[in-house]
Amino acid sequence: MNMQSEMGEFIAKKYEPKGPVVLDCHVKNIYYGDFRAVRDTTIPIEKNKVTGFIGPSGCGKSTVLRSMNRMNDLIESFRFEGHIQYHNHDIYSKKVDAVIVRRYIGMVFQLPNPFSMSIYDNVAFGLRLNGFKGDEEEMVVKALKRAAIWNDVKDKLKNSGLSLSGGQQQRLCIARAIATEPDVLLMDEPCSALDPIATRQIEELMVELKQHYSVALVTHNMQQATRVADVTAFLGVDISNGGRTGYLVEMDDTKKIFEDPQQLLTKQYVRGEFS
Amino acid sequence: MNQTNEQVQVLPPRLELPGLEKNVFELRALKNFFLTGLVWGLAILASVPLISVIYMLIVEGGSRLDLEAVTALPPAGFETGGGFGNAILGTLTMVGIASALSIPIGIMAALYLSILNPNSKIATTSRFLAKVLTGFPSILAGVFVYAVIVITTGTYSAWAGGVALAVLMLPTVTLAAEEAMKQVPQKMKDAAFGMGCTRTQVIFKVVLPTALPGIMTGVILAVAGAAGESAPLLFTALFSNYYMSELAEPTASLSILIYNFSGMPFENQIELAWTASLVLVMLVLFFNIMARVVGRTKFRE
Repeated sequence: MNMQSEMGEFIAKKYEPKGPVVLDCHVKNIYYGDFRAVRDTTIPIEKNKVTGFIGPSGCGKSTVLRSMNRMNDLIESFRFEGHIQYHNHDIYSKKVDAVIVRRYIGMVFQLPNPFSMSIYDNVAFGLRLNGFKGDEEEMVVKALKRAAIWNDVKDKLKNSGLSLSGGQQQRLCIARAIATEPDVLLMDEPCSALDPIATRQIEELMVELKQHYSVALVTHNMQQATRVADVTAFLGVDISNGGRTGYLVEMDDTKKIFEDPQQLLTKQYVRGEFS
Repeated sequence: MNQTNEQVQVLPPRLELPGLEKNVFELRALKNFFLTGLVWGLAILASVPLISVIYMLIVEGGSRLDLEAVTALPPAGFETGGGFGNAILGTLTMVGIASALSIPIGIMAALYLSILNPNSKIATTSRFLAKVLTGFPSILAGVFVYAVIVITTGTYSAWAGGVALAVLMLPTVTLAAEEAMKQVPQKMKDAAFGMGCTRTQVIFKVVLPTALPGIMTGVILAVAGAAGESAPLLFTALFSNYYMSELAEPTASLSILIYNFSGMPFENQIELAWTASLVLVMLVLFFNIMARVVGRTKFRE
C-alpha cells in the first residue's frame, strides 16, 4: 500500500481530504544548511477544521508549520524543496511575496509574544499594518471577543499587553492574529507555556475558531490532539541514514489515528511507548 | 572492650561551636564593623568631589545668578554688571547642530549594527572603531574639524563647533542605540514578521518604539557630555562677545567663556565665570536627570 521513494525511503499513504483544502502542503525536503530536517511530508489543511501535528521531539512538526507561512525564510540556512498550494498559488514560487503570505496565514507562537504596546494597539496592529479604513474599534472588539478575552480586558484596553497573565497574553496574541481575518491560523504549541486552566480555555477557543478559520496545530500533547483536532498527522524521525530527518508516517481522522492506526510506529506512539 | 575503645579514638574531637549571642568585642565583629565603616567612608569620599564642586558653585556663583547674567552680553575690562546670554545661546545652538547631525547618523548606524547585518566585517570593524572613538581625546576632535572645516571655510564658526561636538557624540549615540535595539526580544520581532510586516515595518513599528527609551537615554547623555565640552570648541567656534547673527561666524560658548573669564584680573569677570559654571552644571545635571526619567518610562508591566 505504501510507496517508497527511489532511495527506498518510506513514504506515507496519501490522506484523502473529505472537504475543501485551503493549504495543500507538499514538502519534498527541508534543509537547514546541510542538515536534512524534514522529507516527504504531504499535509492538506482542510477548511474549517483543526489539523493536528503530533510526533516525537525533533520530528520537524514545527519546521513544517513554520514553512507554511514562510516564517522559516528568516533563518538564513533554510532551504525548501516542494510546493505549498494556497488558492492556486505556490507560496514558494519566486513570484510570491513572503510578507503578503504572512498576512493571509496568521501565526500564534509557543511563547506568548505581545508587543510592548497597549492591549488595544496590539490587536489593532495588523489592521493598521494593512491600512484598514473601516471601524477599527469594532474589529478590535470583535477579535477580542472571538479570542474569548474581551471580558478580561474590556476595562483596561489602555494597559500594556505585557501586564496580562500568560494565558491572557496568549489569547491576546490569538486576538491579534485573527483581527485581520486570516484564512489559516498556524499554532505552534500554543499551550506549552501555559497552566492547565489557561490551556483548557485556549483549547475551547480553538474549537470555536474553526467556525471562521482553518487551524493547523502543532502539539506535544496527544490528549490535546484528541480533544481539539479533527484530522491528525503523525510525524516520525528517521535516523536510518545517520541523520535525524522528520517525515510523515500517517495522517487520518483523529479518531482513526488514535483508535485504529495503520502503522506500527503510530500505534506505539499513541500508546505512549515512546515520545 | 577493645573494639569500643578503638571506636572512641576514631571519632573526631568535639567541635567548639561559638555561642549564638552577639559579642561586640569578638574579633569577627570588630572586623565587620571596621570594614563596613571603610566601605561607607569610601562611598562618601567618591561623591565628595561632585558635592563640593556644586557647593562651591552655589556659594561663589549663586549671588550673581539673575536675569541680567543669563541675558546680557559679556562686560569689557572694568565694566560692572553684564552676563553671558550669548554664550548660553551659542552652547545650545552648537549642541543642537551636533544633535541634528549625530542622532540620525548614530541611530541608522545602530540599526545596521544591531539588526541589518550584526556580524558582517563592516559591522564588527565600525563597532570597534566606535568604541575607540568614545575614548578619543576631545581636543583631537577639535583639531580634526579645524583642519577640515575652519581652514577650508576660512573662519571659525558655530557650524565647525557643532560638527566637532557631533564627532564626540556619534559613538555614544551609536553604541547606546545599538544596545537598546539588541534588547528588543526576538519573539516580538517574530510576532511582527508573523503578522506580515516587512523588515522596514518591523524596524519602525516594533524595534524602534520598543527601544525608544533606551535610545533616548543614550542620546540625552551624549548631549549632556557635549554641552560641557570646551577643548573641541577652542579650535572651531572660538569665542565672541556678541549675540550670534549667523552660523558662519565665531560663536561664544559657556565653557570657553568660563575659561576666558576665570583667567582675567577683574573681580566682575571672575564672578561671572563662577555663575556661568553654575549654569553649565545645572544644564548638564538637567540633561542627566532627564535621561534617568526617560529611561524609567519603559513600557513594561
